[in-house]
Amino acid sequence: MKKLMMKGNEAIAEAAIRAGCRLYFGYPITPQSEIAEYMSRRLPEVGGTFLQTESEVATVNMVYGAACTGKRVMTSTSSPGFSLMQEGISYIAGAELPCVFVNVVRGGPGLGDIQPAQSDYFQATKGGGHGDYRLLVLAPSTLQEAIELTMLAFDLADKYRNPALILADGMIGQMMEPVELPPMRDLSTLPDHSSWALTGAEGRAPRKVTSFNIDPYGLEEMNKRYQEKYRRVEREEQRWEEYKTENAEYLLVGYGTMGRILKSVADRLEEEGLAVGVFRPISLWPFPDRRLKELSEKVRFVFTVEMSSGQMVEDVRLAVDGRIPVHFYGRMGGVVPTPEEVIRAFKKLL
Amino acid sequence: MAYHGIVIAGFGGQGVMLMGQIIAEAAVIEGKHSTWLPSYGPEMRGGTANCTVVVDERPVASPVIDSPTEVIAMNYPSMVKFGGRLQSGGILFVNSSVVDRDIERDDIEIIKVPVNEIAEEVGNPRVSNMVMLGAFVEVTGIVGTEAVKEALKHKLTGSKSALLELNFEAVRRGAEFVRRR
Amino acid sequence: MEVRVAFSGPKSLSGKEFTYCPGCHHGIIHRLVAEVIDELGIQEKTIMVAPVGCSVFAYEFFDVDGTVAPHGRALAVATGMKRALPDRVVFTYQGDGDLAAIGTAETVHAANRGEKLTTIFVNNAVYGMTGGQMAPTTLLGQKTTTTPYGRRAENDGYPIHMSEILSTMRGVAYLERVTVSTPQDIRNAKKAIKKAFLAQIKNIGFGLVEVLSTCPTNWGMTPVEAQQWLLENMTKEFPPKLFIDRVGD
Ligand SMILES: Cc1ncc(C[n+]2csc(CCOP(=O)(O)OP(=O)(O)O)c2C)c(N)n1
Ligand code: SF4
Repeated sequence: MKKLMMKGNEAIAEAAIRAGCRLYFGYPITPQSEIAEYMSRRLPEVGGTFLQTESEVATVNMVYGAACTGKRVMTSTSSPGFSLMQEGISYIAGAELPCVFVNVVRGGPGLGDIQPAQSDYFQATKGGGHGDYRLLVLAPSTLQEAIELTMLAFDLADKYRNPALILADGMIGQMMEPVELPPMRDLSTLPDHSSWALTGAEGRAPRKVTSFNIDPYGLEEMNKRYQEKYRRVEREEQRWEEYKTENAEYLLVGYGTMGRILKSVADRLEEEGLAVGVFRPISLWPFPDRRLKELSEKVRFVFTVEMSSGQMVEDVRLAVDGRIPVHFYGRMGGVVPTPEEVIRAFKKLL
Repeated sequence: MAYHGIVIAGFGGQGVMLMGQIIAEAAVIEGKHSTWLPSYGPEMRGGTANCTVVVDERPVASPVIDSPTEVIAMNYPSMVKFGGRLQSGGILFVNSSVVDRDIERDDIEIIKVPVNEIAEEVGNPRVSNMVMLGAFVEVTGIVGTEAVKEALKHKLTGSKSALLELNFEAVRRGAEFVRRR
Repeated sequence: MEVRVAFSGPKSLSGKEFTYCPGCHHGIIHRLVAEVIDELGIQEKTIMVAPVGCSVFAYEFFDVDGTVAPHGRALAVATGMKRALPDRVVFTYQGDGDLAAIGTAETVHAANRGEKLTTIFVNNAVYGMTGGQMAPTTLLGQKTTTTPYGRRAENDGYPIHMSEILSTMRGVAYLERVTVSTPQDIRNAKKAIKKAFLAQIKNIGFGLVEVLSTCPTNWGMTPVEAQQWLLENMTKEFPPKLFIDRVGD
C-alpha cells in the first residue's frame, strides 16, 4: 500500500472515519483544531455529520446523546477543553456508553501554553471527573500507531461499553510522517448495540440508559458491575512496546512522544557500549504493570522520562514495588526533552 | 551519511514549512523514512517559523534533534539561533539576499544563496524558497530532483498546479547556482 | 484607517508592542478604551479581565491591574471582582467566540443581573486566535476552516445577534453596536465606550459595546479589502445601532 505524508491530527481524523465514525462534535482549540477542520471537510463527503459546538461542555453532552443511540461518535480537544468535559465523561462512564475522545495535550495548568506536554496523565488515567470510573487510555508515539490506536479505541469502547481516550500531545498532532491508511470499515460490520441503545421503543418495552440510582445499595451494585469490567480490562488489555530490552541492564520508561525519543536515547547509549532498553506503555490505563514488574527483576534501575513533573512515574513505582530504584527526569510547560539532555540526566545516575 | 536532522527557519511567509514538507515527502517517495515537525502557534503570525525534518534509512525514532546536520536560515535571527547549534562539519545554507553578516564558525560549510534575486529572475519573488530547496538538494543529495518534483506535484494541486513549472524552474535555478559556484 | 499615536499613546496603555496583525481592529479598539480610561481618570481603580482569543495579551497592553479568565468566563470572573470590590471599575474585553459561544451563559446572566460591569465585545465573525474557524457570528455562506463549504443554516444555525438578545434584559444600562472604520465611526465608538463605563461608574447597570472588527488574516484579505468587506457585509447582518441608553448625558 502507498505511504502518505500526513499530519498527525489529520491522520487521527481519517482513521476515525475509516473506523466507521460518522458523527463528530467539537470546539476548536490549538494544537488539535485540524481534527475538527478535517472532519468538517470529510464527513459531509461520506454522509456523516460534523458539528462545531458552542463549548466543550456542550460537546461532551452531544457525544453522550449520540452514544446513547449506539452510533460511533467522537470528539477531540486539548487540555483546557478536556477539563471542561470531565463532568460529561463521568456521566458517560456511569451510563456505560461507548465513544472516543482525543486529547492532544498541551502545557498547563490553566491557560498554560500550546506546546506538547504530558501533564494530563493523572486526569486521563485516574478518572478526571467525579466517581469511581476509568477511561480506556491509549497513547500513540508515531502517526501510524495513532491511526491504529484510534481504530482500536472504537473497538474497545464498543467491546467494553466504555469511553476510550487517545492521549496524544501537540507534537503527535502537528508533525507529519509517512503512514499507511487501513481500508474503510464496512458500516454493516459494526457491533450490534440493539440490545441496549436508545432508538425509540417501537416493538419493544421502553428502556433507560443512565448513571443514576437514588438507592445507595442499587448504586453500589452498579459500581460493582463497573469494577468487574475494569478488572477484566486490566487482565486483557495491557499493551506496551519493548525496545532492546532483551539483555538490557537499565530500563528507560516513557510513553507517547517521549517513548519514541527514548529509543534514540537507547540507540546512542548502545553506541557507547551501554545496554539500555526502552519500555513504552501503549495502554496507559490499564497500565501494563505485569510486564514492567517482570522486566524490573532483570535490570539495575528504571529511569522514567516524562513531559511533566512526574505523573506516570507513580504507576511505574507501583509496578516496580521497591525492588529497584526508579529515577525520574521531566520537563514541564511544553518543553520537549531532547535525546542529548536525557542522556546527560541518565549518565548522572551511573 | 544516512541520517540527516535538518532545521529550516525564517520569517512566517517565507515558505519554510513547505520546503521542509517537500524534503520529507521526497524522502518517503524514495523509500526512506522521514518526519516533519513544525513550530506552531500564534507567535508565527508575522514572526518566525521553523521546522525540523529528519531523514533516515531506518524508521525515525526521535523527531526532536539536538544538533542539526544541516540548517537552512532564511533570515538573520534564524542563522544566529540555529547556525550556532549546527554539528561540527555540518552545512549552513544562508539566504544571502537578506543576511549580510557572517556567523563566526570555521568548523562548518557555509553556502550562501541569493534566493530573492534568483527568484526575481525566474519571474516570481515568492518562489525564493524553491530556489533554496534546489540549492539544498544539489549540495546535500539527500533526495533526488525527480522525487522533489513528485513531492511538489502532491503539494501544488488544483488551481495551484498552474504554478508547478515556475516552481520546478526555481528549484532548477537554485541547483544551477550552487553547481556554478 | 489606523489612528496613529506616535510614541505618546494613552497613559492607560503599557506601551508594549501589540501582537495584532496589520489591519486588525483590536489595536484601534484598545486605544479607544485606554483613552476613555484616561479621560475618566480611573486608571488606578480599574481592573481588567482579558479573554482567551487574540486579545489574550490585552492584560499586558493595558497599564491597569488585570487577569485572564478561562475561555468564555470573563464576566463571571469580573462579577467576582466587582462583588468583592464594588468601588472599583471592572471591565472585560472579549471576542465573539469567547462572549457569544462558550461564554453565552455568563454573558446573558451578567447582563440580566445588571452587574455594574463594562464589556467591550469585539465581533470579527471568526475565531482569530485558533486560526479561522467558524464563530457564532460567522455570516451565512461565509467560508471558514470549519465551514469549508460556507456556513449553512441547516447545519450551523444562523449568525447570533448578541446585542439584540441582550437588549431584552432589564439589567442593561448601556448597549450599542459600533464600527471603527472611519474617523467619524471611531469618534462615535469612543463615545459609546465612555458611556458603557459611565453606566458602571454611576451604578446604573451593565454596559456593553459591540464593535464590528476586521480579521484580515483569517478572512484571507488585505487590510483594505477587509475594511470594505466589513462595511459591505457585516454591517448588513449586524447594523450599527444604539439599543439602550439609560446613562443620559
Ligand atoms: C476551554 C477552551 N476551549 C477552547 C479554547 C481555544 N480557543 C482559544 S481562543 C478561541 C476563540 C477565539 O475567538 P474569539 O473569541 O472570536 O476571539 P478572536 O481571537 O477572534 O479575537 C478558542 C476556541 C480554549 N483556550 N479554551
Ligand atoms: S488573527 Fe485576526 S483577530 Fe487575530 S490579530 Fe490577526 S487579524 Fe486580528
